Order: sequence, then C-alpha cells, then structure tokens
Amino acid sequence: MVLGKSGQAARATRLVTVIGVSMSLADTADAHARPTWLALDKLGVLIAIVAAVGVVLPFALFRANRIVPGETIMLPAALPLPLVFLLAAVLLAGFVAALLRWPAWLKLATGFVVLATLFVLVGLAASYLTPEGETFARVSPGAGFWVLAFAFALLVTDALTRLRLRPQYRVAILVAVILAMALLLWSGLWNDLSMLKEYASRAQAFWSEAQTHLLLAFGSVATAALVGVPLGMVCYKVRRLRAGVLNVLNIVQTIPSIALFGLLIAPLAWVAANVPGAKAIGISGIGAAPALLALFAYSLLPIVSNTVVGLLGVSPAAIDAARGMGMTRWQRLLAVELPLAFPVILTGIRIVLVQNIGLTTIAALIGGGGFGVFVFQGIGQTAMDLVLLGAVPTVALAFAAAVLLDALVDMTARGARP
Amino acid sequence: MIEIDDVSRLYGGVPVVDHVTLTIQPRTICVVVGTSGSGKTTLLRMINKLVNPSSGSLRIDGEDIAGIPAYELRRRIGYAIQGHGLFPHRTVGQNIATVPKLLGWDKAKTADRVDELLTLFQLDPQAFRDRLPHQLSGGEQQRVGVARALAAKPNILLMDEPYGALDPVIRAKAQHDLLAIQRKLGTTIVLVTHDMEEAIQLGHTIAVMAHGKLLQSATPTEIIGHPATPFIAELIGSSERPFRLLALSRVADHIEPGVAEGAPIDADASLRDAYADMLWSARSAMPVTRHGEIVGRLTLDALAKLAARPQ
Repeated sequence: MVLGKSGQAARATRLVTVIGVSMSLADTADAHARPTWLALDKLGVLIAIVAAVGVVLPFALFRANRIVPGETIMLPAALPLPLVFLLAAVLLAGFVAALLRWPAWLKLATGFVVLATLFVLVGLAASYLTPEGETFARVSPGAGFWVLAFAFALLVTDALTRLRLRPQYRVAILVAVILAMALLLWSGLWNDLSMLKEYASRAQAFWSEAQTHLLLAFGSVATAALVGVPLGMVCYKVRRLRAGVLNVLNIVQTIPSIALFGLLIAPLAWVAANVPGAKAIGISGIGAAPALLALFAYSLLPIVSNTVVGLLGVSPAAIDAARGMGMTRWQRLLAVELPLAFPVILTGIRIVLVQNIGLTTIAALIGGGGFGVFVFQGIGQTAMDLVLLGAVPTVALAFAAAVLLDALVDMTARGARP
Repeated sequence: MIEIDDVSRLYGGVPVVDHVTLTIQPRTICVVVGTSGSGKTTLLRMINKLVNPSSGSLRIDGEDIAGIPAYELRRRIGYAIQGHGLFPHRTVGQNIATVPKLLGWDKAKTADRVDELLTLFQLDPQAFRDRLPHQLSGGEQQRVGVARALAAKPNILLMDEPYGALDPVIRAKAQHDLLAIQRKLGTTIVLVTHDMEEAIQLGHTIAVMAHGKLLQSATPTEIIGHPATPFIAELIGSSERPFRLLALSRVADHIEPGVAEGAPIDADASLRDAYADMLWSARSAMPVTRHGEIVGRLTLDALAKLAARPQ
C-alpha cells in the first residue's frame, strides 16, 4: 500500500516534469500539484493587482476648459459600448497572461496588444467624450489609464528581461515601438486628447525646445566624456590623484541641482561682463551656458569613476602579458586596457545620459530652454496637460536612450565577460 | 646564452633575489625551482626587464641588457605566464599576431606564421583562428599562450608557472609537447615552477632557489644524486629518489643481449615505466622492441643498479 502510494507520487512528479520544461520556475509545493500552465507567476500577481486597481479608477478626465478642475469618467462611460467590451476582453487576456506562467514571448505579445489597445482607445475616448464643435473642452487620460499602462508596461519589460534577447533584437523592438507611436500620432487618433491640443497651439515652440533639450543633454554628456575619460585614465595611472579627484566630484554630485544652476549665475555673469569675447560665444549668467556647465559637472563623477573602475578591472594577467611582450605604455592603454574597460566606461556614459535627459528639464528655470519650459509653464498655469507635454517626451527620450545604450554596452562587451 | 652575474633585487631593503649568479646554455631548458617567495619569478622577470636588478648585471649572448630599451628586448624574448594572459577581446589569431604586429611584419607573413604555430600546437587553424579565448578549454588557452610567446621566433622563451592551472593529464601532455617543440626549434627556455617533478621532467639543468639565494644549479641526475642542502633533498623526496632517477633514462640506453618472456617494452619508454611493468608482471627480465622488432632484453638486476645513488 505504502509502496503503491509513493509510486504514484513519483509518476505524478514525472508527468509534471514532462509537461513543464520550465519547472525550475515552479518551485513551490503548490505549483507542483497543478499543471504548469495553471501555475501562478509571482510578479504577475502584483501586475494583476495593480491593473485591477487601474480598472476601477477613472479612465478619463473631462474639463470644460484647460484649467478648471474636471469630472472623472469611469471606464464603462468613457467609450461606446462595443469598444468597452473590446477593451474588457483585451484586459481580461492581459490579466490571464500576467497571472499565469506562460512562456515569456506569449506574455510579451499579450502585453503589447493590451498596451496598443489602451493607447488607441484612449484617443477614441477623447473623441467620444468631446462634444461636437466644442474647442475649449479638454479630455485627458485619467488615473485608471496611467495605472493600467504602467501595469502592462511592467509586464512587457519583465517578459523582455526573461527573454534575454540579443541587443540587436532589443533595439529592433525599440524602433518598432517608436514607429508605432509615430504612426499613432500621425494618424490623428490622439488629436482630441488634451496633451495634443496643448501641442497644437505651440507646435513650433515644442520642436525648438526639443532641439534645445537634446543639445543640452547630449552636449553636456559629450563634453563630459571628452574630459572625463582622459581624467579617469590619469586617475588610474596616478594613484595619488585618484582619491582627491573622486572626492571633489562626489561633492559636486551632492549639490542639489536647482542650487547648482542658481550658483552658476553669478560667476558666469561676471565672466560674460569681464572676459572679452565670452559674450559673443553665448556665455551669460542665465540661459544655456550655466545649464550646460551644471549638467557637465554632474556628468563627470560617473564617467571618471567608471573609467577608473573599468581600467582597474582589466585582468592583471593580460596587462602583464602585454608588458612582457614589449608593448609600450601607450600601446598597452590603447590596445588592451581601454578596449577591455570600454563596456564599463560606456555604462557610466549611459547612466549620465539618462540622468541628464531628466535633469535638463530643470535648466528651464534659469532660461536654459528644453522641455522643462512646458513643465514650468504648466505648473504656473495649473494646466497639467501642459506639464505632461514637457514630461512625457522627456521620459520617452530617457527610456529610449537607456535601451539603446544598454544594447550598445552588451555589444561592446565582446569576450570581456567570463 | 644567458649570463646572470651576481644579481640582487631589493624591495624596501629586503633582498628578494640575493647575489644570484647563473649561466644558462643556449638551446637548453633551465628550470628554476623554489617555494613561493623564493625569488624565482623575480629572477625570471629580470631577464626581460620587467624587474630591474638593484645590483649586478645580465647579459644575453654577451650583450648587457641594461643598454637595450625594455620594449625592444621584450619583443625579442618570448613570454608565457600562468593563466595564459590572453587578451580576452581579441581572437586567437590576433593574440598570436601580437608581437609580429608590434615588429611591423606584413599581413601575409603574420597570417602564415599564425597558421604555422596553430598547426605546431595541434590546433586546426581553420577552426581556432577566429575564436575568442573564452571559447577555448584551459589546455587550448595554454597552448595559444605559448604559441603567442613563440610568434616572432624568439631565441629565448621565459615561462612562469605555465602549467599551474592545468589538470594533471593535460599538464603531462603539455610538458611532453613542450619538450618536442624545444627539440624542434632549439629555443632556450627558462621555466619557473614550484613542482620538482616538473623540473626533473623538463630541465636540462635545474636551479633551486630559496629565500632569494641560488642553492644549487646542476643536471637532474646530479640534483637527485647529490642534493647540496637538506632542503633540496626534501624537495625531491627521499622515497621518490630512485624512481625519479630511473625516469630520467630511456630503455634504449640499457639494452642487453638475450631473450626474455612476456610482453615487450618499447625502447623509447623510460626505465621507470619498464621497472613498474616488470614488478607488476612479476618478471626478472623483459624483451625490448624497436620499431616492432625485438632487439634484446632489460633485466631487473640492471635496473636495480641504475636506481642506486650515482657516484
């Protein structure tokens, strides 16, 4: 009797093992009892809870004009009935995909379908809720939409992480998402959303501020890399310099950003007034010059310290072999040390680029321009849609930069990983 | 010829290499043996100026190396180290081509040399040339490391514990291959190890070091038979002495006329293998073959005499 029972259990275990190749994920006793496709996914449960909260929060926000407080509109009232059913069905599929231990690619595909549906339908909801011929009324996405979008974005990123895609494929997915967003904007589906109405009335300013934003963020990182990498190399070679330089940069890093922007006004104004030619090349107390300088200062520490750490991490055996074979100092640095440290240096540049894209918004405070202009105008006018017009592109830009540079780091780490 | 003349190296006033004088004959293998901290690696690194002597001088073929720029000297001397030190971001082919590239060889000549060396080390050039070091096994990495050291046809090869990271089976094969390659190329090899077994197996001469001093420099037979200090005797191991002595000679040199029963042994085998075989099969003599033909016999009596302490 006892024998029979244990035999049965063994057979059941075997059966489960045959069904689920990814048994290593199902590690609880509970999960063993169920077929794997029914087993619960730990992070998925969290995603589903967040998404459930999103469903009961208002899907859209309606206001008579751009600055009055609005009325919240729940999901069933936000769309024509057939579309409500469509969204419900898609969301249900999304719940199931999040909760269960499905293969990662299936979760990814479902996540993208849910996000695409949400994005298209929020545009349609805006058109549906805006009264005919009404130009002052504003419809914006409600808390429910944002929470749902966040939940399924989490599902997508989690699935992407699990898939461990090659860097080339990750970039391809990024490009596809950018193209899809461009198509959505170009198609006019979102034209009735409040954020795009804000855009429509200041399209020209939007693109010129976008240009300034990119110039400030990328320009500061590029100059910081040009200065920081050689400085890091010097700190690596000259040990006595290392602690001092890194400590100074550490202190710079701790200055609050608004304070640093402000602190630079006085010295730069003095330079503009007293150094001949300084004004001619655009240096002044307020504007782009102090913004660029502050962003540059913030960028130095991660770049210098990553350069030092990267160089220190190069295998001592490889360096000894390089010396022993008769490479000169420079040959060693260029042919062995820098290439091997490059992925780490690039990681530093990635941190700084993502950081600076966000930080550049604050440059608007001292007249530096960039997307921050809309954020601060929006705060001043209590027009949240205008704040979003500045914030959403900034977040999207930072995200795209992170994905792109992560892929680049992986591609350059050839052979450097053990 | 490498002449090390009364060389010392001090770190913070403490001698790591202490008045060492040693001459290494051309086309021979000299193994420097010692425990860790004996100064053997520092001595090796002075030959290619990775470490400069505090006093004394080193000459290569009569030329004082103090007058040669370090990078120039190093390009003339092969250098292979423990853990191979291959450049992880470069392919096997690029790794081997390092010194030829530094010397400005043209591309075709370098490529030919890379393929020649890969073949010499029994690695198929087609399959290995474009691989990265982390895609190779430990033994293959080690072979590429030595191939890289030999790329520019140096007269001298320095090896620092080259087989330290290998398992015993692969190490034995690597040692065997090194002997064959040294015979073929006639390279002068200075090899550092802590393993006396390896030293006896590879060295034409063995230099034993302790606490920075050179204790004895002699042939393996001499070192085994007449260790200069108790420390050297301890390194050899008293119970191992006769067998190590037998391992140094080949059957071919001790063939007697006559016949014997049982399985024959090849003339190229070592006396140690022959001795083990005879004890195991409980015989007092065994036939010896060369190219498959019986040429004589080997007796247990003869082996017993050969295993005795040399006079």
